[in-house]
Amino acid sequence: MTVLLVAVAVLVCSGLAALLASGSPRAATALGAGGAVVACVIGLIAAVPFLFGTPAESLRLAWNVPYGTFFVEVDALSAFFLLPIFGLSALAAVYGTEYLQAWRGRKSPGATWFFYNFLVASMVLVVLARNGVLFLVAWETMALTSYFLVTLDHEQDSVREAGWTYLVASHLGTAFLLAMFVLLGRSSGSLDFDRYSSANASALFLLALVGFGTKAGFMPLHVWLPEAHPAAPSHVSALMSGVMIKMGIYGLLRTLTFLGPPPAWWGWVLIGVGLTSGVLGVLFALAQHDLKRLLAYHSVENIGIIALGLGVGLVGVSNGSPVLAVLGFGGGLLHVLNHALFKGLLFLGAGSVLHGAGTREIDHLGGLAKRMPWTAATFLVGAVAISGLPPLNGFVSEFLIYLGAFNGVTQRAGVAVPLLAAIAGLALIGGLAAACFTKAFGVVFLGEPRSEHAARAHEAGAAMRWPMALLAVGCALIGFCAPFVVRSLASVLPLVSGLAPETVGEKLADAVAPLRFVIAGSVAFLVLVAGLAWARRRLLRGRTMAETVTWDCGYAQPSARMQYTASSFAQPLTTLFAPLLRTRCKLTAPEGYFPRAASLSTETPDAARVALYEPAFSGVGWVLARMRWLQQGRIQLYVLYIALTLLVLLVWKLG
Amino acid sequence: MRATSFIHPLLALVLSPLMLGVINRTKAWFAGRCGQPVLQAYYDLSKLLRKGAVYSRTTTWVFRAGPIVGLAAVLEATALVPLGGEPAPLAFTGDLILLAYVLGLMRFFTVAAALDTGSSFEGMGASREVTFSALAEPALLLGLAAVARLTGSLSLSGMYAAMSLETWRQAGPVLALVTAALMVVLLAENARLPVDDPNTHLELTMIHEVMVLDHSGPDLAFILYGAALKLWVLAALLVGLLLPVRTGNAWLDVGAALGGMFAVAVAVGVVESSMARLRLLRVPQLLVGAGALVALALILTLR
Amino acid sequence: MTPDIILILVVLTNLRLLGASRIGASVRTVAVQGILLGLLALLAHHGESSSSVWLVAVGGAVLKGVVFPWLLFRALRSAEVEREVEPFVGPIASLLAGVAALGVSLWLAQRLPLPEGAHSSVLVAVALFSILVGLFLIVARKKAISQVLGFLVMENGIYTFGVGLVRESPLLVELGVMLDVFVAVFVMGIALFHISREFDHIDTHELTTLKD
Repeated sequence: MTVLLVAVAVLVCSGLAALLASGSPRAATALGAGGAVVACVIGLIAAVPFLFGTPAESLRLAWNVPYGTFFVEVDALSAFFLLPIFGLSALAAVYGTEYLQAWRGRKSPGATWFFYNFLVASMVLVVLARNGVLFLVAWETMALTSYFLVTLDHEQDSVREAGWTYLVASHLGTAFLLAMFVLLGRSSGSLDFDRYSSANASALFLLALVGFGTKAGFMPLHVWLPEAHPAAPSHVSALMSGVMIKMGIYGLLRTLTFLGPPPAWWGWVLIGVGLTSGVLGVLFALAQHDLKRLLAYHSVENIGIIALGLGVGLVGVSNGSPVLAVLGFGGGLLHVLNHALFKGLLFLGAGSVLHGAGTREIDHLGGLAKRMPWTAATFLVGAVAISGLPPLNGFVSEFLIYLGAFNGVTQRAGVAVPLLAAIAGLALIGGLAAACFTKAFGVVFLGEPRSEHAARAHEAGAAMRWPMALLAVGCALIGFCAPFVVRSLASVLPLVSGLAPETVGEKLADAVAPLRFVIAGSVAFLVLVAGLAWARRRLLRGRTMAETVTWDCGYAQPSARMQYTASSFAQPLTTLFAPLLRTRCKLTAPEGYFPRAASLSTETPDAARVALYEPAFSGVGWVLARMRWLQQGRIQLYVLYIALTLLVLLVWKLG
Repeated sequence: MRATSFIHPLLALVLSPLMLGVINRTKAWFAGRCGQPVLQAYYDLSKLLRKGAVYSRTTTWVFRAGPIVGLAAVLEATALVPLGGEPAPLAFTGDLILLAYVLGLMRFFTVAAALDTGSSFEGMGASREVTFSALAEPALLLGLAAVARLTGSLSLSGMYAAMSLETWRQAGPVLALVTAALMVVLLAENARLPVDDPNTHLELTMIHEVMVLDHSGPDLAFILYGAALKLWVLAALLVGLLLPVRTGNAWLDVGAALGGMFAVAVAVGVVESSMARLRLLRVPQLLVGAGALVALALILTLR
Repeated sequence: MTPDIILILVVLTNLRLLGASRIGASVRTVAVQGILLGLLALLAHHGESSSSVWLVAVGGAVLKGVVFPWLLFRALRSAEVEREVEPFVGPIASLLAGVAALGVSLWLAQRLPLPEGAHSSVLVAVALFSILVGLFLIVARKKAISQVLGFLVMENGIYTFGVGLVRESPLLVELGVMLDVFVAVFVMGIALFHISREFDHIDTHELTTLKD
């Protein structure tokens, strides 16, 4: 426990030191990033034992805030979420040292590192906090520091807009959390987590779902996500998408631990939320042209998969089926870790593309695999992993969720319908995600460059390459050590599912058995790949190997502009799902005998934003505009308002 | 794992190109031609394996990796599928999920290799491939879920070993619906009519063939062999449902299943001879229709 | 067992109707459905094959399987209708809606209080499903002819109910319903013809221009 608090202290101190050293960019970077890496390593070392049987440790100090105590604890659930926080933060910090060079002279790295380290520290504290006030303070710090990181480029209108959306969404979510904690505190008389009782649990569940769901990015609460992630510097996007949105999932799980046995409909709701987020998330991702926006929508999709897993788990708990509970929660939790790895990797890769080619427009890129071989290879690993394909880690977590759902389908009639919906949804999401990532990888890295930017792209430096490589290794490692990783969930699952540790252990052993076969298959697959590669090389030895232009069906001069673009690649699917996507299309068709300039541009704005929030907010704006007569701009009048209010309050209180 | 488990993968390795020959002979018979030799696919393979290769200057290692990864993936899939009541060499709870995803891995790399050429035609084929397979995937997995629910097993080997004529007597309609849906999935996944015409000569209308336009030599041989194996794997799923013959003698059972495999090939040939290719816009309807059949089957199993 | 298979085939014809894009195919599908229901009536009452059962079954099958389609095709020819269905809701969305409707009707059928001697909940579910599909076709298709077809499918649903719920099928009721439908199809056929002569098409959407 103390070691973890030392890590937090190191983060805070190094952040402050970086801020003080703003005058010298080099010193600020060294202090900020160095402090972050050191703190993360310390934290990792301290957190891991709690996953493997070390009993939970807590620390309670008095605090001068009403209802607040400085009450922190680390148990297996906290430790599980600490892993991605520390791991990804350290790698992203290393990446950031080089990535932030692009801002040299314009921005002081001191302030950026200050906010970065405070963001990491606040996330650690969110996971450790066991008191409502402390939790909310950490939660707010997390929102504010990330807001300042998102608006690093605040000179641009779009970035300010994105930051504003994020700030508003984040605070609306927090309002629900505040209500939840007030309700919890009222029924139990204290805001310490260990004293909570589970009176009117369903209302609390719904408040938590909305409040934490806003941070996690459940559809349709996700609106801030596709705005804020692209606007932030890429290493911050990686951290936000890989870890910060998971704090929403953590919050939901932590809340479940004090709500008592769940009724079945909670599971149904989570499965419904998961299906909506998953399918719509990947569909909107398909329709995007901006690489980072595409990745942001994929975060919505993956949060959907996590919610599906948790939903399956809840259905299992409420129906008294431990297999379902263990597989569902296990798959969902493992997907949290996996998503941190591959989404972190992909955002860092996107940052490397932006760094090297200067644009995020997918349709302006192409052929980067030749110019940026490292980035291309690691991005491919991330793309395969996020598509849930074996032998990488994405498959393992989706496999567990599938297995849970299939188990329920074969054994019970009552719960079969939502589980079948989960299977169908996962299958559709898997297919669409593969479509989306063949598009993203294929159009950005393969083929010929579509613009000058792409043709002049250069590979990132070592500080940016190594974090990506390590994350790619992590994806493969979890894929191949799946049984070990899954068994480490044994201490986490009893907390979230409320099952006895023995039952969990037994069911986990059942889940691990098929994973061994999956790995046997993966190893055989790798051996086959190696064998076939060797065979191909043997066969081609000494034969003619010509190089020529791409065969374009008789056309001798294929040019880069004739390639399929990202938009054309996704067109069949976007047309098929047009009623959901509502893509706006602007076409100037060629006309006449001597057609001149023609153009086509498509844009897919967020449906929830356009159909839900904009009308709602403009309605609120309209109402408030009606109140404008109150604002006269005269100081006398405002004094009168204050006096009147005080008078009314006085009368009300005394009357 | 029994020694007899390896009968099926060996048969698949040896006989899968023959399926293509049978399909082509059926089509030739319908058209009144004598057609190519039944062993044509073998001749093609051996010719391609003896050739050199031509590569586009645009391509990278991804293009060269595509056929290798694709073939390795479909070989793994072959090891997952049982035939004739014998368990597959790799049989475990949930292997049906791995099967669907291994085929997805094959597709991912085939599509990436196609995009690597920078050709608009290959991009077009790749785009169609991912579209149709995304729609076929739910039908495949839900169809297998229906069978899993009927037989109470979560492993392909267990599911197919539990199949018998008795299952058909009890749940004939469900199995018939699933079979029909799996047939549609087979036709779509293997780029056969009415989804894609393997014999067309117009690049604009092709799906699978246009994706592999640039491959040559051993690479193309790998792709051709991989396609034959994929057809075999999906046909084996179908035959296991349709012909649950259990005599007690492994060799007889496998023999019956083999007959079934070639009957499926003939059926594909008949479909190809008697139907025109659907308009591309209609293909999603066909696949969603297959999904609707499976949904109906599931509803029947749930009551 | 066999009535179940026929019921499944009825469901399949309904799904086919939802996914169909050609009017000719839709009419033929409805004809097949009519014949299937005739068979169903025979099989469901195989215990007591009285003459009335035979009359209703065979009469219904002939009327729905042969006479109506013939009338409709004739009306189509004379009105020179185009072959496309022209849906408001596309075929894929219609199919998905159909699957959802099937689920809902099964759920409803399990909860409906059924009288003694009723057949199976599947039969009731299929009846409900047919009625829903008929309604859907009436609402979600543009052409008047599709609405006639939707009407027929709804009637088929009611017919299925009748087969399932009543042991001795009251000949009179069945005949009355069938006569109603006959008249309706006849009237609609004439109306179709006249609409098309007046407006050069049978698109009901255009009828909204009649209001002032």
